[in-house]
Amino acid sequence: MLEIQGIAVSEGIAFANAYCLMEPDLSFKKVTIVDVPAELKRFKAAVVQSKRELQEIYTIAHTKFGDEEAAIFAAHQLLLEDPEMLAAIEAKIHTGINAEYALDEASKMFIAMFEGIDNVYMQERTADIRDVSKRLLAHLLGVELTDMSHLSSDVIIVAEDLTPSMTAQIDTKYVKGFITDIGGRTSHSAILARTLGIPAIVGTKTATQIIKQGTPIIMDGINGKIILNATPEISQFYVRQQQIQSQLQSEFDQFRSLPSISADGLHVEIAGNIGKPEDVDMITSVGGDGIGLFRTEFLYMERQELPNEEEQFTAYRTVLEKMQGKPTIVRTLDIGGDKNLPYFQLPTEMNPFLGYRAIRICLSHPEMFRTQLRALLRASAFGNLKIMFPMIATLDEFRMAKALLLEEKKLLQNEGFIVSETIEVGIMIEIPSAAMIADLFAKEVDFFSIGTNDLIQYTLATDRMNENVSYLYQPYHPAVLRLIKTVIDAAHHHGKWVGMCGEMAGDEVAIPILLAFGLDEFSMTASSILKTRAQIAKHSQKDLIQHTERILILSTASEVEDYVRKFLLIHD
Amino acid sequence: MKKTFKITTPEGLHARPTALLVTAVTPFECDVQLAYNDKSVNLKSIMGVMALGITPESIITISAEGTDAEKLMQTVTDVIITKGIGEEC
Repeated sequence: MLEIQGIAVSEGIAFANAYCLMEPDLSFKKVTIVDVPAELKRFKAAVVQSKRELQEIYTIAHTKFGDEEAAIFAAHQLLLEDPEMLAAIEAKIHTGINAEYALDEASKMFIAMFEGIDNVYMQERTADIRDVSKRLLAHLLGVELTDMSHLSSDVIIVAEDLTPSMTAQIDTKYVKGFITDIGGRTSHSAILARTLGIPAIVGTKTATQIIKQGTPIIMDGINGKIILNATPEISQFYVRQQQIQSQLQSEFDQFRSLPSISADGLHVEIAGNIGKPEDVDMITSVGGDGIGLFRTEFLYMERQELPNEEEQFTAYRTVLEKMQGKPTIVRTLDIGGDKNLPYFQLPTEMNPFLGYRAIRICLSHPEMFRTQLRALLRASAFGNLKIMFPMIATLDEFRMAKALLLEEKKLLQNEGFIVSETIEVGIMIEIPSAAMIADLFAKEVDFFSIGTNDLIQYTLATDRMNENVSYLYQPYHPAVLRLIKTVIDAAHHHGKWVGMCGEMAGDEVAIPILLAFGLDEFSMTASSILKTRAQIAKHSQKDLIQHTERILILSTASEVEDYVRKFLLIHD
Repeated sequence: MKKTFKITTPEGLHARPTALLVTAVTPFECDVQLAYNDKSVNLKSIMGVMALGITPESIITISAEGTDAEKLMQTVTDVIITKGIGEEC
């Protein structure tokens, strides 16, 4: 038996065999070929096989994600038909070298050509050539490539890292959890794992080196433990833990159709965070009170061009209709930082998180921004839409963004479109400057939504992706709590409401503090909604308020956590 | 035969629009070239076209020689215009 420790980023316990997404061994040597026609034939056979596979992948991607996302695999097929590429490889084979070497030489040549173009998107297309060449090479060598779409039994995915698109393709029918070497709590794959409701452990550093294909694994997604080849006793223990978890789950299930209300009768809203229109179903299935955060960047990512107004309108309308009049907060495009668009050239920056991102990009690309605003405004006729702008640091930014929104509204009305007259417009509080002048913002906005993931990062000046400083990522740090309190008080003073859509909103220790501070709306991943509703039902806000002053003068994050655990958490 | 177009698709001639063009011209017998910035490539090669790094607002020239050149030119013009890739100059 062997244990590996990682960072638990999505709760749950899973039992299955390891499925290692490893780089296969594609090493080969340069060989002199005597029978050139036979070598050409071998190469052509590899092309045919690769094309067939890509066609299958295209079909799967097309049914699962649609035209746009599948287009990339159509382009991959074209690479395999490319006369220039094929001619270059065949010419090399004619000189009497083996197909593997010829392919490698030709693809290196094309990759160098692409890398020479002064354009990030084009440079990234070398990934497509590498991908296709790898597939061809694998066929020439008779090596099998790992492919997640052909799973037919329960597995736990083990990989160095998972890209958002890989995570998005995970079929939860067979994938019971995933383990990665790198990543942190707020990396996209972690967020997606919570959305999918499967356990995930990241940042193990060594999992891919230690875990062999097919090894039986127990994943403890609560404590971040990975147990390999468990003894019968340990297995028994986890079977029992899993039972306890499912009992708790069925207890939470009772809250599905109950209102979100504290023990002393205070109504709050417990909403869900989503990335795609399909995610709404998970929120409605657990009886979420609304959508607290619709991350629209997913409409822009994993594709080849900007989504047009119609596409966006359809997506927003779908979400609003599915929510049947429940409040739905859509966040305008938030790219930059760690989120890039392949077709949208962002400069390489020294400090991307302090750089060109979110509202800053939108305001400097008004055409792109206006398209999104128009789509939102048109969709507003189909539900209870609220719009919020991300990364606001100054009042000017908010005023500019709102002015564009109002301009587009007028234009649309002149064109005869119906636009809701009751759209609330708010901002995300993610930057300490905005939190500090929340009183000034509160006069002009309709609501605030506190984005704690970034607020914590900016308040403590700690890069949340940097493992060396992750100890400073402290949600209960007194500075963070004081900023949150400042924002809530300022808003309430002006009759406005405050939500929270960062990770903290679903955190067991943070919830009583936030209730005491008077937070109006808690927004989180679908899987946390019922648990949070159950927790809030046990707390009395009146009792909690008495602790507010005491909490605000505690000196460190650990003092806060100890205090909450000792005095505020209620366990049966 | 020759025709000049201005690229209007906001992302330039990236993978998707290029794939549309290449797919449209591949079935034709005749040779077809795309010229941009003093460089000319085979329009049946997605690699060649993408390697030119053609940005929005660029002017490109497509030329075809051979038996079905006229039909090819009509097809490629249709694709460029109906798929919003560019406009005739």
